[in-house]
Amino acid sequence: MRIAVCLKRVPDTTARIVIAADGKSIDETGVKFVVNPYDEYAIEEALKLKEAAGAGETVAICLGGDAAQETLRTALAMGVDRAVLLQSAAGSDGLEVARALAAELKGGNFDLILFGKLAVDDYNHQVGPMVAELLELPCITSVAHLTVANGALEAEREIEGGIEVSTASLPAVLTCDKGLNSPRLPSLKGIMAAKKKPLEVKPVTLGAGSLTLLGLSLPPDRKPGQIVGEGADAVPALVKLLREEAKVI
Amino acid sequence: MTRILAVAEQRDGALRKVSLEVVSAARRLADAMGGTVDVVVIGSGPVSGSDQLARFGADKVLTATHPDFALYQPDGYAATVAAAAQGAAVVLFAATATGRDLAPRVAARLGTGLATDVTALAVEGGKVIATRPVYAGKALARVRLDGTPAMATIRPNTIAATESPKAGTAENLPVPAFAARVKVTQVKAPATAALDVAEAPIVVSGGRGMKEPAHFALLEALAAALGNAAVGASRAVVDAGWRDHGAQVGQTGKTVSPNLYVAVGISGAIQHLAGMRTAKTIVAINRDKDAPIFKVADYGIVGDLFEIVPRLTAEVKKLRGEG
Ligand SMILES: Cc1cc2nc3c(=O)[nH]c(=O)nc-3n(C[C@H](O)[C@H](O)[C@H](O)COP(=O)(O)OP(=O)(O)OC[C@H]3O[C@@H](n4cnc5c(N)ncnc54)[C@H](O)[C@@H]3O)c2cc1C
Ligand SMILES: Nc1ncnc2c1ncn2[C@@H]1O[C@H](COP(=O)(O)O)[C@@H](O)[C@H]1O
Repeated sequence: MRIAVCLKRVPDTTARIVIAADGKSIDETGVKFVVNPYDEYAIEEALKLKEAAGAGETVAICLGGDAAQETLRTALAMGVDRAVLLQSAAGSDGLEVARALAAELKGGNFDLILFGKLAVDDYNHQVGPMVAELLELPCITSVAHLTVANGALEAEREIEGGIEVSTASLPAVLTCDKGLNSPRLPSLKGIMAAKKKPLEVKPVTLGAGSLTLLGLSLPPDRKPGQIVGEGADAVPALVKLLREEAKVI
Repeated sequence: MTRILAVAEQRDGALRKVSLEVVSAARRLADAMGGTVDVVVIGSGPVSGSDQLARFGADKVLTATHPDFALYQPDGYAATVAAAAQGAAVVLFAATATGRDLAPRVAARLGTGLATDVTALAVEGGKVIATRPVYAGKALARVRLDGTPAMATIRPNTIAATESPKAGTAENLPVPAFAARVKVTQVKAPATAALDVAEAPIVVSGGRGMKEPAHFALLEALAAALGNAAVGASRAVVDAGWRDHGAQVGQTGKTVSPNLYVAVGISGAIQHLAGMRTAKTIVAINRDKDAPIFKVADYGIVGDLFEIVPRLTAEVKKLRGEG
């Protein structure tokens, strides 16, 4: 089983966001960066599937700056066999990222190409299915349950008020959601081994794309709220406010 | 003439309410740009409720019918929307499970960028400007859509459905040939076919403070009294197996923007706030007066939820004349 995993370096989800002087990026001072949490499900699934198949190769691919080497080392420490850094500055158009990833993946002879369902920085929710279209491969998004057998797969994903069940044959592209598995932590042995695993750096240039980021801003502060009172006796006052002030009930 | 295409959604042959929000958003863009609104409705037969599309601003309703379209058919839907998008200046989808899957496929086919989960749209200098939350809602990005067509998915409950009656002439849209690389075989309904938290106008969520799964009956009762409400949960509760993952609100769950969000026994961790801070009104019930949830709440009551929630249910019923 040959499996590729695309992963992104993102700020830790607890990071406080401060907008940089250019108004278009975040101030990275003191921000801890991690593997995009959804991509950890993709890494874990790749490792499990290769282990189950008993043979094959897992490859982690990341498009990003030099610091993303560290992100790829984490994947290697978890057990991925080799890594590729597509060295580039970030762009704001997911399609351009998809094009660069697709160019690298094409001809790689992968049975499965795994993504996270979304990157928690840009919330784009798009790169996986775009790559699938560019490579003309079947694609199922936001997979929370998966069985792979005899070159075919069945996947479940959550939709509003239900679970959608889909089938496809390999090779295929999947984007991974929470619930698919519990990602392993890198072991000490894994961390040592990762230092010797191959990490190839290939410079790429993204196209200009058709989305222009005009600026980032902090969300408007919520109006300061009020503590209506303590205990059940405060309930009538709350109901009155919801009815007359907020007009929501 | 500038043509705006709105992609409607149906489930089990009935138009989904969120489609009216998408049509309204398209109508507003069309009015600002001096254009017309086409709506594409995809299904395996007639879609009930499609007659409402004209009332919310559709100049033309394109119906694409195919026997394989009873359930979602990603490849077939993508081919159909890509065909309908020919010559369109803007294409809008709902940021639902279907829209989030479909829109990037269509964008890749058309070779144009996609702005997802948009919460506001504007037109400046003839271009569409989208506002979208990034970094788990900790920042807002303003993005200019320079592509043809400009493409966006719209987060449910953020752009109001408003009436703007138009002719809504009907036309059939031929479904182009497609290779069905993926087949949706069934939709399993969860045990309770309740309203989804991502779309409900009112969400009542419980956290670890509920103490045990059976106590969620208190929240079900409050939701029933409020009407049109869904019961959500924090991750702590979902991870403990008390509630389905489908009910989880937050960074690794759903993002909700209801009119009213009631957080009960939820501390208000940053990852939870990521999923609900765009709610219009937030109520927090927590016995810890220093819980971070009170920082985002419009109204809070400090105290024991087991006393407060039943009283709240009773007062709401009284208000509704049922108590
Ligand atoms: C990568 C990542 C992603 C995450 N994603 C999510 C996510 O999507 N959604 C999410 O919710 N969390 C998420 N979390 C987890 C989050 O950090 C918190 O751990 C979680 O939200 C806490 O849930 P809670 O508020 O129910 O529990 P707690 O933090 O334990 O809070 C329980 C609250 O109940 C109150 N309480 C207890 N008893 C009573 C009573 N009798 N009456 C009134 N109040 C009472 C307490 O005062 C307390 O404030 C994520 C974490 C990480 C690291
Ligand atoms: N720069 C990148 N390098 C590698 N993979 C990426 C990159 N950006 C996005 N992805 C992949 O695409 C998924 C969805 O990202 P997005 O569409 O940006 O929300 C992520 O979970 C990753 O698997």
